[in-house]
Amino acid sequence: MAEAAEAAVPPAPVTAYEPRSRLVEGVRAYGLIVAMWLRSTMAYRASFLMTAFGNFVATAFDFVTILLMFAHVDALGGYTLPEIALLYGASGTAFGLADLLMGSMDRLGRRVRDGTLDTLLVRPVPVLAQVAADRFALRRLGRVTQGLLVLGYGLVAADIDWTAVKVPVLPLMLLSGSVIFGSLFVAGGAFQFVAQDASQVQNSFTYGGNTLLQYPPTVFAQDLVRGVTFVVPLAFVNWLPALYLLDRPLPLGLPDGVAFLPPVVAAVCASAAGLAWRRGLRSYRSTGS
Amino acid sequence: MRVYAVVAAGGFRRYATYRIETAAGVFTNTVFGFILAYTYRALWDERPHLGGYDMPQALTFVWLGQALLMTCVMMGGGFEDELIERIRTGDIAVDLYRPVDLQLWWLAQDLGRAAFHLLGRGIVPMVFGALAFDLALPGSPGPWLAFLVAVALGVVVSFAIRYLVALSAFWLMDGAGAAQIAFLAGLFFTGMLLPLSLFPGLLGEVARVLPWSALLQLPADVFLGKHTGWGLVRVYAFQASWAAVLLLLGRLVQSAATRRVVVQGG
Repeated sequence: MAEAAEAAVPPAPVTAYEPRSRLVEGVRAYGLIVAMWLRSTMAYRASFLMTAFGNFVATAFDFVTILLMFAHVDALGGYTLPEIALLYGASGTAFGLADLLMGSMDRLGRRVRDGTLDTLLVRPVPVLAQVAADRFALRRLGRVTQGLLVLGYGLVAADIDWTAVKVPVLPLMLLSGSVIFGSLFVAGGAFQFVAQDASQVQNSFTYGGNTLLQYPPTVFAQDLVRGVTFVVPLAFVNWLPALYLLDRPLPLGLPDGVAFLPPVVAAVCASAAGLAWRRGLRSYRSTGS
Repeated sequence: MRVYAVVAAGGFRRYATYRIETAAGVFTNTVFGFILAYTYRALWDERPHLGGYDMPQALTFVWLGQALLMTCVMMGGGFEDELIERIRTGDIAVDLYRPVDLQLWWLAQDLGRAAFHLLGRGIVPMVFGALAFDLALPGSPGPWLAFLVAVALGVVVSFAIRYLVALSAFWLMDGAGAAQIAFLAGLFFTGMLLPLSLFPGLLGEVARVLPWSALLQLPADVFLGKHTGWGLVRVYAFQASWAAVLLLLGRLVQSAATRRVVVQGG
C-alpha cells in the first residue's frame, strides 16, 4: 500500500537552479574555497607543521611576557596568574577562532589596490565568503591551540566556584567572543574599501583588542574600559563573563546579569558588521588596473 | 660614495610615499603604546624600581619601543622580503652585474628607510605618549644625540641580521622559515616584550650579550641616561662590534652564495 501511495505522488518539478539563501550560499562557497586551500596547504605537510608551530610560539610570547612579569610580582592589577591566564586564554581562543575563519580579511586592502578584487566580483559567489576564505591559513590553529592551553590552565588553577548557571557561560563566552572579533574583521574589511592602505588600523582593533583583553580591566584607565564596553564592545569577549565566573565584581559597577549578554552583543555586532560590509562593497570603485 | 647617498635618499623617499600607511602605522603604534604602558604601570605599581627603572623610565621604555619598532625593524619585514624574492626568481644575477656593492647598496637603502621611519613612525607616538603619561625625557640635547648614534648603530646591526636571513634563500630558496625564526628572536631578545634587565638569571645574561640588545635595549638605556662617559663608549663599541662581525659574515656568505649563482648559471 505504501509503495502505491508513494507512486501516486507526482515527482517534484526539477528546476535548473534552486535559489538558496545568501547565507547558505556564502557558507557553502566559504567551505569549498577553504577545502581548496587546505589541499594546497597539505601538499607541503612539513612546511605546514613548521609554520603552525611558529604561529604557536609567536603567540605564546605574550604569555611568556606575563610569566616573566609574574617572576617579579604576585598579582597584577589585583589579579593572580591563574586569573589572568583565564582572561588571556578566553580572549586568545576567541580571537584565534576569528582569526582562523576571518583573518584573511586584512588582505582586502591589497586586493583593492592591485585590482584583483574585480575577479571576485564577477564570480557568482558572495564576495565576503571569497575574501574571508582567501588563502585560508590552517597554521592559525597554532594560535587557537595556544589560547586553549592557557585557558585550560586558568580553568584548573583559578579558584572557580562552579554553579549550574556558570557552566553555559564558558562556551557562550568563547563562541560570542569569536563572533565579536569576527565582526571586527569584517568591519575592518569594509573600512579598507575606503582606506586601502590602512590594514594596520584594523589590526590595532583586532590584535590590539586581543592584547588589551589579556590583562584585567583594573589595569586600564576607566575611560578606556568604558570605551571597550559601550563603543567597541570588546569587554563582552571575556572581561564581563570571565569576571563573573571568578566571582569578581564587574568593571564600571555593572550588574552580574551583564555576563549573560555576550550572545546578544555578538548578534548586534555581526549585523552591524554586515551592514558596514554591504555599504563598503557598494562604494567600491575599481582601479581599472 | 655618492651613489650610496642617492640610494639612501631613494630609500627615504620610497617609504615617504605611503602616507596613509604611515598614518595607519602611527595609529597602531599609539594604540599598542597605550595598552603596554598601562600594563607596565600595573607592574611598576606593584614593584617600584623593578629592573632599575622608576615608573617614568619604564613608561618611556614602552614608547621608545613603539617609536623604534619600525626604525630598527624589530618584527622583520623590510628589504629582506624583496631580496629573498630576487634571489628566488634569479633577478639577483642582474644585481650582481651592477657596478655597485650589493651589501652596501641594500644597507644604504635600509638606512634611508630607517631615517624615514624614525621621523614618520617614531615622533608622533612618542608625542602622544608624553602627553598621556609622565615620561623621563632628557632635558639637554646631549642624551638625545647620544641616543641617535645608538639608534643608527642599532639599525646597522638590524640590517646585518636581516641581510644574513635574506642570503639564506640562496640555499633554502624559500626564506619564510629563516625570516620567521629571525622575527621570533628579534621580538624576544630586543626587549620589545619586556626590558632585558627583567629577564631572570642565565636567560637575562644571554639576552643582554646577543646582537638584538643593540636594537632597543641599549638605545633606550642611552636615552634614559644609564650609560654616560666610558659606559657610553662601551655601548657603542658593543653595537659596532656586532655590526662589524655580522656585516663581515654577510660578506663571506655573499661571496659563497655568488659562486653558487655562477654554478647555477643564474
